[in-house]
Amino acid sequence: MNHAEMNHEYWSVSHYMLLSIALLLIILYIMAGVTTSRWKHLRSWPLHRYLLWCGGIGCAAAPHIGPLAVYAQHHFIFHMANHLLLGMLAPLLLVLGAPITLVFRTLPVIYARKLSFILKLWPFRLATHPLIASVFNIGGLWVLYSMDLYPLMHEHQWLFVLVHLHIFLAGLVFTLSIIYIDPVFHRYSYMVRAVVFVAALAGHGILSKFLYAYPPPGVSREEAEIGGMLMYYGGDMIDLVLILVFCQQWYKSVRTVTKKVPVTDF
Amino acid sequence: MADKSGNHKVSGIYLRRSLWSGLLFGIGLIAFIDETVFHQLLHWHHFYDKSTLEIGLVSDGLFHAFSWFSTIGALFMLADLKRREAWHVKRWWGGVLLGAGVFQLYDGIIQHKLMLLHQIRYVDNVFYYDMIWNIFALAMIGIGTAIISAAGKGTIRQKGRFQ
Repeated sequence: MNHAEMNHEYWSVSHYMLLSIALLLIILYIMAGVTTSRWKHLRSWPLHRYLLWCGGIGCAAAPHIGPLAVYAQHHFIFHMANHLLLGMLAPLLLVLGAPITLVFRTLPVIYARKLSFILKLWPFRLATHPLIASVFNIGGLWVLYSMDLYPLMHEHQWLFVLVHLHIFLAGLVFTLSIIYIDPVFHRYSYMVRAVVFVAALAGHGILSKFLYAYPPPGVSREEAEIGGMLMYYGGDMIDLVLILVFCQQWYKSVRTVTKKVPVTDF
Repeated sequence: MADKSGNHKVSGIYLRRSLWSGLLFGIGLIAFIDETVFHQLLHWHHFYDKSTLEIGLVSDGLFHAFSWFSTIGALFMLADLKRREAWHVKRWWGGVLLGAGVFQLYDGIIQHKLMLLHQIRYVDNVFYYDMIWNIFALAMIGIGTAIISAAGKGTIRQKGRFQ
């Protein structure tokens, strides 16, 4: 099958659909934020959340629309850049945009209760367990690169869509499970999350060097080396923000009653 | 609260926490220096060395992640201690040196030599580099331990309120 022709067809079909979903998500978010900000009993929705949300949607859309999408078909480095955008940066920005909180603000109480009932169900509880979310996130990447799915995903559309969907959703759930910006109903202690988080970061780092050492089929050594380093250091940069948010939440959660704490062993 | 000599009359939990914060920061700091100076600036260390054992990749990944997290986490711990006015400066610095030394020694002997992660520099007489590297690590451990034990002596481990 003609590779370029297939890709062309693929992009022309889904291109506009994706673009409209992205725009719709941005419009809905802004409408909800602006509307609820007018209500007297609520604080106005902060500007930085709008920006974070738009940035997140942009990062999730960029790997599929425009030049990045085209380059990623043929260059592993762009594939890796897309992976960082879709699986790490977009989830981080979207989570910081606190969309679930916004939905709760917007919904009438009766629907909000129903939604919170749904979010408390076991599938959601299970999915947002930090350990399970990490295994899906990092484990999925190991499967992609070590089981030779990488070359296949550029031959079969459905696999391409599935892989991208997985990278995005797994990244999103992972971020949700580590930093609690939105209401998460089954919470784990900072210590548990910190340990799992470090293990997940390690899994990501090890995979980066693994890719550097053993290029996936169809990827030249040079490209794999740059791609691996991009994954390693690019991942570190995005993780830096995650770690900062996480530690800041931890720091804030520890209450100091007075400035000079009475010193007792407790 | 610090008196002029830098000693604190701080309860045990904060003494330990000062030490832990220092240790974690030391590990993070030395890993950061390793990455910045030896990998990025001098280009002595290699990102990956063909002789690396698989366990080397795992160890590197774990320590890289841990040190990256602990650099930031330790500084937030420090901020917390300062917020409580319970930062024991000497124990903290002793901890930094000890943490940095232990990690440097682990890196120099286990990771470089046993797991063959990478060498300090790709030259013939790498032995001298290894020697300086590990002596430096031992020196940091020695000085760090000395500072911690000296700081411990002047400390009154009292319970209850301090002035």
